[in-house]
Amino acid sequence: MLKIGVFVCWCGTNIAATVDVEAVAEALSHEPGVVFSTNYQYMCSQAGQDMIVEAIHKYDLGGVVICSCSPRMHEATFRKTVQRAGLNPYMLEIANIREQCSWIHKDKAEGTEKAIILGKAAIAKVHLNAPLHAGTSPVTKRALVIGGGIAGIQTALDIADAGFPVDIVEKKPTIGGKMTQIDKTFPTLDCAACILTPKMVEAAQNENIRIFSYSEVEAVKGFVGSFHVTIRRKARYVKEDVCTGCGLCTEKCPQKKIPNEFNLGLDNRRAIYIPFAQAVPKVATIDAEHCMMLKSGKCGVCAKVCTAGAIDYKQKDQLIEEEYGAIVVATGFNPIKLDHYDEFAYSQSPDVVTSLEFERLMNAAGPTGGTLLRPSDGTHPHTLVFVQCVGSRETRDCGKPYCSKICCMYTAKHAMLCREKYPDTEVYVFYIDVRTPGKNFDEFYRRAVEEYGVHYIKGMVGKVVPENGKLKVQASDLLTNEQLHIDADMVVLAAAIEPDESARPLATMLTASMDTNDFFTEAHPKLRPVESPTAGIFLSGTCQGPKDIPETVAQAGAAASKVIGLLVKDQLTCNPCVAEADELMCNGCSSCEKVCPYGAITYVDKEFRGPNRTTLLRRIAQVNPAVCQGCGACTVACPSGAMDLKGFSTSQIMAEVDAICK
Amino acid sequence: MQVNSEFKPTIVAFCCNWCSYAGADLSGTNRLTYPANVKIIRVPCSCRVNPMFILRAFQRGADGVILCGCHPGDCHYTTGNYFTRRRMTLLFSMLDYLGIEKERTRVEWVSAAEGAKFAATMNEFVETVTRLGENKRLEDLRCKN
Amino acid sequence: MQELIRQKAIELLENGTVDRVLGWKAGEFFYDLTPAVFRTREEIERDFVYSVFSGANFSKYLVQESRREGKIAAFLKPCDTYSFNQLLKEHRIWRDRVHVVGIACDGMCDIDKIRAAGARGITAVERDGDTLKIETLYGPMTMPKADAEAERCISCKSRKLVVYDEKIGEDGDVIADSPRFDMVAKLEAMTPDERFAFWRGELSKCIRCNACRDVCPACTCEKCVFDNPKSGIAQKAAANSFEENMYHIIRAFHVASRCTDCGECTRVCPQNIPLHLLNRKFIKDINALYGDYQAGADLETRPALLDFQKDDCEPSVVYERGGEQA
Repeated sequence: MLKIGVFVCWCGTNIAATVDVEAVAEALSHEPGVVFSTNYQYMCSQAGQDMIVEAIHKYDLGGVVICSCSPRMHEATFRKTVQRAGLNPYMLEIANIREQCSWIHKDKAEGTEKAIILGKAAIAKVHLNAPLHAGTSPVTKRALVIGGGIAGIQTALDIADAGFPVDIVEKKPTIGGKMTQIDKTFPTLDCAACILTPKMVEAAQNENIRIFSYSEVEAVKGFVGSFHVTIRRKARYVKEDVCTGCGLCTEKCPQKKIPNEFNLGLDNRRAIYIPFAQAVPKVATIDAEHCMMLKSGKCGVCAKVCTAGAIDYKQKDQLIEEEYGAIVVATGFNPIKLDHYDEFAYSQSPDVVTSLEFERLMNAAGPTGGTLLRPSDGTHPHTLVFVQCVGSRETRDCGKPYCSKICCMYTAKHAMLCREKYPDTEVYVFYIDVRTPGKNFDEFYRRAVEEYGVHYIKGMVGKVVPENGKLKVQASDLLTNEQLHIDADMVVLAAAIEPDESARPLATMLTASMDTNDFFTEAHPKLRPVESPTAGIFLSGTCQGPKDIPETVAQAGAAASKVIGLLVKDQLTCNPCVAEADELMCNGCSSCEKVCPYGAITYVDKEFRGPNRTTLLRRIAQVNPAVCQGCGACTVACPSGAMDLKGFSTSQIMAEVDAICK
Repeated sequence: MQVNSEFKPTIVAFCCNWCSYAGADLSGTNRLTYPANVKIIRVPCSCRVNPMFILRAFQRGADGVILCGCHPGDCHYTTGNYFTRRRMTLLFSMLDYLGIEKERTRVEWVSAAEGAKFAATMNEFVETVTRLGENKRLEDLRCKN
Repeated sequence: MQELIRQKAIELLENGTVDRVLGWKAGEFFYDLTPAVFRTREEIERDFVYSVFSGANFSKYLVQESRREGKIAAFLKPCDTYSFNQLLKEHRIWRDRVHVVGIACDGMCDIDKIRAAGARGITAVERDGDTLKIETLYGPMTMPKADAEAERCISCKSRKLVVYDEKIGEDGDVIADSPRFDMVAKLEAMTPDERFAFWRGELSKCIRCNACRDVCPACTCEKCVFDNPKSGIAQKAAANSFEENMYHIIRAFHVASRCTDCGECTRVCPQNIPLHLLNRKFIKDINALYGDYQAGADLETRPALLDFQKDDCEPSVVYERGGEQA
């Protein structure tokens, strides 16, 4: 039988005032296995700890029970103490006789009796403890950032600055993301390109950063410290290392009528294109769907004009495989599709635009060269109506239940810019609430109202009807309780934002959890906001929830620092209190896998010895101790009881139950 | 039912390490009181609690069993308590179906900050179980005549 | 029907589709059919029986049988196919080693009901359409087949074959208005004291023979917790009087959201404890609280206990729901 030492702490008078510590030590000395039982003023003091070490040596103790404060307080301390004495640190149990006994109960007899029972439960448990050894797993010192928007770029730059190699995988031909399409940024009104493009160049030039543009993550295997990732580099039919980005091909290509994604279809591009002037990498890409050469073999103009010889019509998708220690998700957002909001006539009139389209119409590099013109007839608009919360804070199924957070501010920005550049315009903003928490945000909004004379009207637009070149806007003013009719030239819809559609399949690959809106969930909403519950997966930017640029950059930096914290380690120490399946009892039924939030459980077919020298092939569960966090959900889902949790095993908990109920 | 003022029920409380156990610690730190018959067993997550543990406690003479975990949505392991909620709902319903006093079992969500709630919950639960009296039905189901 | 099934069995053996056939043969009594594996035409012609007493659900045997070399043919009734599907879902059966012949079924009979109708010394029962022709030591008699149907067949949930490679006869549909929860509802409507009295009366009869577990197609664990000393609940002899209650609650909980409601537990109980009422309680609760779920109906839907919704009801729903205070 395990030889157990019991140490009862007085904690000065904290415990000793309401618990007769001597009586506890005496009572527990009669428990099975207990060979030494004592009490001392401060067990956690150096003298107290030395006393424990000495007793372990003197009485050859195999297990230690300390009756003291909460294990949340000093479990780690005492584990080190017993380890110092050569004992496995997990051969220790703590009976919480302070927070959960002496501080609760006023009556000394009652407190003493309870302390004895708690001590007995700890003794019963420690008898069933087994030495546990924290395993280690190696760390590949390279990070993967999925998504090359401002979030991904910032995270990659910060990780690279710390000296670790980073790969950015971006599905579009260029990095930069949504921010490249934005004209000015609130609340400072500096131009987005001016602050973003230097960062894009910095990322491209950083020796530690590799950019895989026009690429997607195909498969992810492994776990924290050693992820094995397959990346598909889509064929762009242009040799990336040869193309000089001169752009001659994009001028000569005869396919001219292809909607330009960068300008949201407000103008056209060619079948071979560079998304915009500051693209990184500045390399042309052939759009295989529209290229005549790829479709029918007739054309080849781009190859003829390319002096560098960069065009390669035979290029194929390429799969590359790489090892990473950490993965950062930075997949970003998109405005929602407005199919279900036809009351605003988005599909009926080109003069009804989304806010992002409006950004392009205001931008100097946009389809109108920065002059605000109506898309329908190219005339100057005089009356503009902005509609907020289109699809946000929506209880109907077609919308989003959450606040998209950025719309109030960018609408104020649009309204302000409009009035500044074109003082002859009348600008109306319809809102449910104006939400401006943020540094200098409310001041900004008030300037729009007070200095720029933007008409803010609390109420929703009911209907927009295109009629004789005008947009008849019907709305209600909730404060005056009046119906309004406005003849507008343009209507701008602040469409809700939603996670990029690539996020959901990616989450499945990463076994990272998502909420019902497809935003990635954080490990803890307050205390671990940039980590996914899945170890080694980090979150950056709007993939985790709507945010503006400064918040995104802040989160990107935070994610990077978490990644750096992981990559500086040579080995990861695993929590030894993890689940383990007894393969002789496992049914391979997959119940445990379904409740595991970390994807720590996999199945293998394994041969077992059957009767009469036969072999039996059985499907059994295996827990990856580097991924398991030790919650124990699987242990209850398992019908056969094959799955058990080290440190909190079924027999240990039952022993505690028995000790308490006796 | 006759209230027996001498009767001190045995109560087992399973508390998740991250929320309720810390909440219990906090009620101690704040010197809030609840009866000494409540004994806490620490588990990593409420989802570690197997219905077998609860039945075992009753079998061995517990008069009430309470299970505390993080509030739904706040689980340290993200989803553990959602499974707990379904398991315990079905188990308690089954106990009720067998004619066993359903007030002897309870699930409460107590966060690490809710020391006061922990103490209040325990006071109230002990009172309820004391009113029910000794656990006979879970110990003594065989016909005795 | 027996002829059709025998022919199919012989055909499958002789054309090499399978090398074994799982079916029924007569046990000690003609109505007491036991599972058997047939390997030759002769064995089939001599012993293979399919009658109104072929109620046994054989899906469970396929857990072991499908691990053997070769391929086995299994004749599964609609309720058996649900169990089979559930086992497939849990990766317990190797599908490619089983040839499933679905057989339409409109209800099996219970020998006790025939006895209750006055038959004594029964030597044979033959089905003729809706009538049972009964031979007894005291002469022949007849009774409507409907009057002899087993309780579980009267409250049948589905006549649909949910999985098969081929089928004999035309199967039916899911029975939406099955009265299977009536008795559960009746118990729920009782006072706790009445319920306690009811279950004490029933469960105290339990002799812990484990027949309910051994026959249950959801109980296929490599090692059952009740046989495993490490589980802490393994004692076979009752340590105290709560033991059998605990056994039945745990067993029901272990199969909750996996039980297809085939009713085998009640059929085999030598003490005639209506064990299916425990399983049905879980099924009824799951349907009411988490949405309709039928274990074994498909391979995809997550069992209720391995799934959750963020807005699931709280366990306190149990206190709020009807029924008097104890």
